[in-house]
Amino acid sequence: MGLTLSWLSIIILIPLAGLFLRTLELSPEQFWAILSSRRTLNALRVSFGLAFAAACVNLVMGSIIVWALVRYRFPGRRLFDAIVDVPFALPTAVAGVALTSLFAEKGWLGAPLAALGIKVAFTPLGIFIAMIFIGIPFVVRTVQPVLQDLDPEIEEAAGSLGASRWQTIIRVILPSLGPALLTGLALAFARAVGEYGSVIFIAGNLPNVSEIAPLLIVIRLSEFRYADATAIAVIMLVVSFVIIFAVNRLQRWAQNRIPVH
Amino acid sequence: MTMQIADSVSLSTPDAKARRHAVAAGENLRTEPRAVRIAIISVAVLFLTVFVVLPLVVVFAQAFSRGIMAYVAALSEPEALAAIRLTLLVAAISVGLNLVFGLVAAWAIAKFEFKGKTFLISLIDLPFSVSPVISGLVFVLLFGAQGYFGGWLRDHDIQILFAVPGIALATTFVTFPFVARALIPLMQEQGTQEEEAAISLGASGLQTFFRVTLPNIKWGVLYGVLLCNARAMGEFGAVSVVSGHIRGETNTMPLLVEILYNEYQFVAAFAIASLLAMLALITLIAKTILERHLDEGHDSRDH
Amino acid sequence: MTIEVKNLVKKFGTFAALDGVDLKVDNGELVALLGPSGSGKTTLLRIIAGLDWPDSGEVSFNGEDALAQGARERNVGFVFQHYALFRHMTVFENVAFGLRVQPRAVRKDESSIRARVKELLDLVQLDWLADRYPSQLSGGQRQRIALARALAIEPRILLLDEPFGALDAKVRKELRKWLRSLHHEINVTSIFVTHDQEEALEVANRVVVMDKGKIEQIGSPNDVYERPATAFVHGFIGESIELPVQVADGVVRLGDRPLRLAAEGVASGASKLFVRRHDMLVGAPGSGAFEGAVRHVRNFGPVQRAEVALFDGETIEIDAPRDKELSVGERVGLDPRRYRIFTA
Repeated sequence: MGLTLSWLSIIILIPLAGLFLRTLELSPEQFWAILSSRRTLNALRVSFGLAFAAACVNLVMGSIIVWALVRYRFPGRRLFDAIVDVPFALPTAVAGVALTSLFAEKGWLGAPLAALGIKVAFTPLGIFIAMIFIGIPFVVRTVQPVLQDLDPEIEEAAGSLGASRWQTIIRVILPSLGPALLTGLALAFARAVGEYGSVIFIAGNLPNVSEIAPLLIVIRLSEFRYADATAIAVIMLVVSFVIIFAVNRLQRWAQNRIPVH
Repeated sequence: MTMQIADSVSLSTPDAKARRHAVAAGENLRTEPRAVRIAIISVAVLFLTVFVVLPLVVVFAQAFSRGIMAYVAALSEPEALAAIRLTLLVAAISVGLNLVFGLVAAWAIAKFEFKGKTFLISLIDLPFSVSPVISGLVFVLLFGAQGYFGGWLRDHDIQILFAVPGIALATTFVTFPFVARALIPLMQEQGTQEEEAAISLGASGLQTFFRVTLPNIKWGVLYGVLLCNARAMGEFGAVSVVSGHIRGETNTMPLLVEILYNEYQFVAAFAIASLLAMLALITLIAKTILERHLDEGHDSRDH
Repeated sequence: MTIEVKNLVKKFGTFAALDGVDLKVDNGELVALLGPSGSGKTTLLRIIAGLDWPDSGEVSFNGEDALAQGARERNVGFVFQHYALFRHMTVFENVAFGLRVQPRAVRKDESSIRARVKELLDLVQLDWLADRYPSQLSGGQRQRIALARALAIEPRILLLDEPFGALDAKVRKELRKWLRSLHHEINVTSIFVTHDQEEALEVANRVVVMDKGKIEQIGSPNDVYERPATAFVHGFIGESIELPVQVADGVVRLGDRPLRLAAEGVASGASKLFVRRHDMLVGAPGSGAFEGAVRHVRNFGPVQRAEVALFDGETIEIDAPRDKELSVGERVGLDPRRYRIFTA
C-alpha cells in the first residue's frame, strides 16, 4: 500500500508539483500578464471554444452512432463498431497528416469543399474537424454499454402506459442515458482541449486565429519563455482537474441513483 | 420479424386483415419506423466513413502513391530505421514499467479499502485528460537546463532531456493509466473470495498472486498492455516536447512523420505513418479478440 | 371488461410458446395463469397486453378485436416482473407518467394529475415515498409503486407478470393478501402470471393451469386442487405420490402385483396413479393396497413425513397424522383414501 502511494507520487505528483511550484515563482501580476496577453487569450479561446463545439457535435453524432450500433442490425455493423476506436488507436501525428491531406485544397474532400467556397485545412474549421475526429470514441464508448444494458421492459412499460415512441425516447431513454451522455461530452471536451498532434498539421497555426493553446506552450518553450509556458499549462491543467472531478462525481451520483444489478 | 408476424395472422375479413397488418407492423414498442431506422443508420455510417475511414485510407493511398518501390525505399532510410528502433525501445521500457505499476495499483484499489481511494483513481486517470504537451512540459521543468534537477544532472553529466531517458519517462507518464484502468474493474468484480480461499488452503501471498489472481486477470493484463503499447509507440505531443528532435538519435516514428511531412517528403512521411496506422489496426483487431475473451470470462462467472 | 382469447398460436422459431389457447375471463375476475417456466403463460399475458403478437388466433375485449389496437391504445395496465420503474424519476413522477404522456386534448391539468397520483399512492399506502427514487425503495415497495403506476391510466384490464417473483418469502405472503383486498376494492378484471401454486390458489378466483403452450385445466382453486383434470395438474399442484401402473380390464397392477383398487371406466394400458401424500392411510401390514417398510421419518408440525419403500422397489413419501408414531424399519400397509388414475 505504501509502495503504491509512493510510486504514484513519484510518477504523477512530483512532475505536477513541479509545474505548480514554477507557477508560484511568478508574482500574481506576472501570471495575470501572461494569461491576459492577447495571444494567450486567443489561443485559450480557440482551444476551449472549438473543443466545446466539437464535443457537442460528438454528443449528437455519437448518440446517433450508438443508437444505430446497438439497436439496429445492418450489414457491416460489427466493422463500423470496431472502426469507432480508430481515433483512439491511430497515433495523433498520423491522424494529423491524414486529415490535412484529406481536407487540403487538393485533397479528396478538400477539393469538392473548396469548389463550394469552403476552406477547411489551415483554418479554425480544420481544428474543429480534427477535434471531432479524436473525440468521437469517447461519446460512443461511454454511452454504448449503458444503452445496451438498458432494461427493455422500461420501454414496454412506457408504451403500455400510452407514451408514443417519441415520448418514450425523450422522457425515458434519454434521461436514463443522461449521466453517460454528459460523461462522454466531458471526456471528448477534455481530450479535444489538450489535443496537439492531430490538430497542429491542419490548424495553420496562425497566432490569434488558428493557434491552439498546447501549440503556444510548445512555442514558448522553444523560445525558453518557461514562465509563459507554465502559466498556460497550469490554467489548462486546472480545467482538466475540474472536468475529471466533475465526471467522477457524476458517475458516483449516477451509480447511487441507479443501483447496479 | 414484425413483418413476418403480421403476415401470418389469420383473419376473418380482408378489411380487418389490412388494419391488423398495419398495427402489428408498426407496433414493436422498442423500435422506430423503417424510414427513421434507415436514416439513422445512414447518418452513422456516413459520419464514420468521412471522419474515420477516409483518413485511414488516405494514409495508405499517399504512402503508395509513388509505387511500392518508393515506399520500401522510404522505409529503408537509415533515419527511418533509427526511428523504428527508438520507438520499439521506448515502448518496451514504458510498457514494462507500466505493467508493474498497473498491477500493483489495480491490486491496491480493487482489493483494499482505504482513505483517498477516489483521489487515487482520479490521479491514475489524470494523464488521460492532461494535454500531452503539458505532460512533456513537466519533464522539461524538472530536468531541463533551468529545471529543478537540471543543475545536478549537468554536474553529474547525466542526460535525460533530449535523450532516450526523457522520451521513455514522458511516454511512461502518458501511458500510465492503461494497464491499471483495464485491471481495476476486472479485479473489483472478481472480489477477494478466491484469494481468501487460496490463503485458507495454505497458499502464501506470492503463490496466491501467481496461481489465483494472475490467471484470473491474464486477458485483462494483455488488454492493458496492448493499449499501452499502441499509445506508447504513437505518442507525439509529450515526446515532441522532450525529444529535442535530434535526427537519427531522438526521433521516434511519429516525430519523423512530422519532420518528413514538413519537408514535403510526403511519400516518406506517409510510409512511416502507414506503419503506425498498421499498428493501430492490428491493435484494434487484437483488442476485439481480447474483448471476446474477457466477455467469455464474464459470462462463465455469471452462470 | 371481459377478455376472450380464441385459438391463440405463437411460435418462437420451432418452439410453440402457445399452441391453441382458448380462454374467457369475466368482468371483475382475478385470474391466475399458473404453470412451470416455458409453459407459455407470460407469452399469453404479453399478447393480451399488446407487447407481443400472436401468429394466429383472436383476442377480444368486450367483444371488440383487441389485435386491431396497439399496446398504446389498449388501455391495459401491465405490471412487469422486475417492475420496470423509471429509475431517473421519483416515485411521484413514475406514477404520474401515464397521465403526463396523454395527448394534449385529453390530458388532465397539473393539479388533477397531482390529486390523482396522491390518491393512487394512498391506495398502495406509500404516499410518504413520493419524493424517493426507485433505487431507494425495498422490493415490496417497488412492486406496489409499479402497480400504482399501472393503475394511473385507469386501465380496463390489469395484467401482472410474476408479481411476487422477485420478493422474499415473508413480503410475498403479505403482498398476496394485500393484492386480493386491493382487487376487491378496485374490481378491475385482472390476470396474473405465477409459477407458484400456493400464490395462485390463495389469491385468484380462478386458476388457469398451463403446460407446454396449452391450457390443462381452468377452474376454481378448489377444483384444480381437489379435482385435477389431467396427470400434469395433479402432479403440479399439491404434493402427490405418483406411481406407474398398468390397467387391464378394471384391474390395476403395480409391477406384477394387482392392487386392490377400483378402476372402473379407466382405459386399459400404461397409466399413472396419483395419491395426495396425506390421503395415504397407514395401517397394519396386509391391510391396504400397498405393503412397505418405513425408511425414514421426520416431523413436520402436525404431520410426520415418512419415506416408505414399497416391496415393488418404488419409494414414496407420505404424510401421516402424528397420533401413531412411525418408526424406522416398521412394516406397514398403505391404503389410499382417494386416488386418481390417468392414462399415461
